Amino acid sequence: MSGKSTMLRTFRVIVMRDLTLAMRRRTDLLTTLFFFIIVVSLFPLGVGTEKAILRQIAPGIAWVAALLASMLALERLFAGDFQDGTLEQMLLAPQPLSVLVLAKVVAHWLLTGLPLVLIAPLVGLQYDLSAGSLGIMMLALLIGTPTLSLVGAIGAALTLGLRGGGVLLSLLVLPLYIPVLIYGAGAVSASVTSIADTQPYLMLLTGFMIFALVLAPWATAAALRISSE
Amino acid sequence: MSINWFKYSSPQTFYPLAGKMTPWFNWIAGILAVVGLYWGFFETPHILSEQKQYYRILFVHVPAAWMSMWLYLMMVGWAVVGLIFNTRLSFMMAASIAPSGAIFTFLTLWTGAFWGQTSWGTWWDWDPRMTSELILLFLYVGYMALQSAIDDTRRADRASALLALVGAICIPIIYWSVNCPDPNECTALHQQSSMSAVEPNIRIAWLIMVFSFWMYAFAIAFMRVRNVILERERNAAWVTELVGRKK
Amino acid sequence: MSLSEFISMGGYGFYVWMSFGMTALLITAEVVYVKHQRKQILRRLQRMAQLNAEV
Repeated sequence: MSGKSTMLRTFRVIVMRDLTLAMRRRTDLLTTLFFFIIVVSLFPLGVGTEKAILRQIAPGIAWVAALLASMLALERLFAGDFQDGTLEQMLLAPQPLSVLVLAKVVAHWLLTGLPLVLIAPLVGLQYDLSAGSLGIMMLALLIGTPTLSLVGAIGAALTLGLRGGGVLLSLLVLPLYIPVLIYGAGAVSASVTSIADTQPYLMLLTGFMIFALVLAPWATAAALRISSE
Repeated sequence: MSINWFKYSSPQTFYPLAGKMTPWFNWIAGILAVVGLYWGFFETPHILSEQKQYYRILFVHVPAAWMSMWLYLMMVGWAVVGLIFNTRLSFMMAASIAPSGAIFTFLTLWTGAFWGQTSWGTWWDWDPRMTSELILLFLYVGYMALQSAIDDTRRADRASALLALVGAICIPIIYWSVNCPDPNECTALHQQSSMSAVEPNIRIAWLIMVFSFWMYAFAIAFMRVRNVILERERNAAWVTELVGRKK
Repeated sequence: MSLSEFISMGGYGFYVWMSFGMTALLITAEVVYVKHQRKQILRRLQRMAQLNAEV
C-alpha cells in the first residue's frame, strides 16, 4: 500500500476511534453543549429582556459562549490518550504526527464545534434574531469554530498533564481567539443591516481557518513532542 | 580574527560577562533618563502652553510602549534561537526578558489611561492601540504562567518558547483585526504615529527616554538572567566554587 | 518656573505625576526585587554547600 493511502486510512481510523470513544461517554459531549446553552441563557436574565438590546448583544454573546465552550472541551483533547499511553504510540507512529493531530482535532470539532453550530437557532430564538442573521451566525460558527479547535489544540498540547491545566489553557488560548471573535461576531452584526456586507467577514474567517489548518497541526505536533519528552 | 560567539552561549562564561555589563547599562540608562527628563521638562515649556502640560506623560508613555513591543520581539527571538540551536542560555534570556516586558506593557496601559483622561476625557477607550497593548499583556502573562506551571525546566523552556512563537505569528493578525473590525470600511481609525510631525525638542526627549528604557531593559534582563543561571546551574562545579568564594 | 508651578503642571499635576510615579515605582520595585532574589538564591546555595560539607 502506498504511503499516502495509509496516511488517509490512519486519519480515518483515528477520527472514527475518537468518535466511537466519545459516543460511549455521551455526557461529556452534552456537558459542553449545555454549558453553551446555559451561558447564552444567563445573559438575558442579567442584562434584561428588552428585545432591541438582546438583538444587539446576541452576536457577541453567542461567540463568547462558543469560545468558552470550545475551550472547556479542549482539556480532554489529548488527556485521555496521554493517560492510557496511546499518545506515546502516536509519537512513534511512522505517519507524520501532524496528520494524526489533525485527525484528532477534526474528531474533536465534530464532537464539540458542530453541535454548537446546530444549536445556534436556539440562540436566535432567545435573542429575537431574524432568519437571515441566524443563517449568517450558523455559517460563521461553521467556518470559525474549526479555527478555535485548531488553535486550541496547540494550547492543549502545551499544557498536557499539568496541574490546573484548564485555567492555564484559557490564559494561553483565549487571547489568540480574538480575531475569530471579532469577525465572527462582526459578521452577525453586519447581517442585521445587509446580508451582502457579511461576505468579507466570512472570507476572513475562511482565511483564518486555512491559515490555522496549515500551521496549527504542525505546531501542535511540536508541542506534543515537547510535552511528552 | 573571528570571535567565537558560541563561547558566550555557555552560562558559565556569560554569567560574569553579564555581571560586568550590568552596571554599565544601568549607568547609561540613569544618565540618559536624567538628560531626557531634563529635556522633556525644561527645554520644552515654551512649546507646551499651560493647558498642554499633560503632554509630558508621553515622555514615559511612548518609550514604555516601544519597549513593550520590542521586548516581545526580543523574547521571541531568543526563544527561536533556543529552539533551533538548543542553547540553554537563549531560553534563560527569553525567560528573563518576559517580566520586564510585562511591566512595560502595564506601564504603557497605566500612563495611557492618564493620558486618555486628560486628552480625551476617558480613562479607557477601546482604541485599537490600547486594545492591542492589553492583548500583549495577556500574551506576556500567558508566557510567564506556562513557564512557571511546568516543573521540568527543559519542558518549561521549550513549551513557553513555542507559545511565544505562536503568539508572535498571531500578533499581526490580532493587531490587524483590532484595527479594522469592519472589513467593509477599513481605514486607519486612530491617530497615525509620525515621528516627523512632532516638535523637534519633544522628539529629542522621547528618543533619549526610549534609549534610557532600552538600556535599563538590558541591565535588568542581565541581572535577572544571572539569577536564573545561579538557580539552574546550582549543582555545577563553578557555581559551588563561586558561592564558596562569596562567603 | 517656581516649584509649585512645576508640581502643578498647569493643573495636570495629578495625571503627570501619577504616570511618572508609577513608572519610577515599578522600575525601582523591579530592581529591588531582582537584587533581593539574588541574595536569597546565594544564601540558599551557601547553606546547601555548608550542609553538604558537614555530611
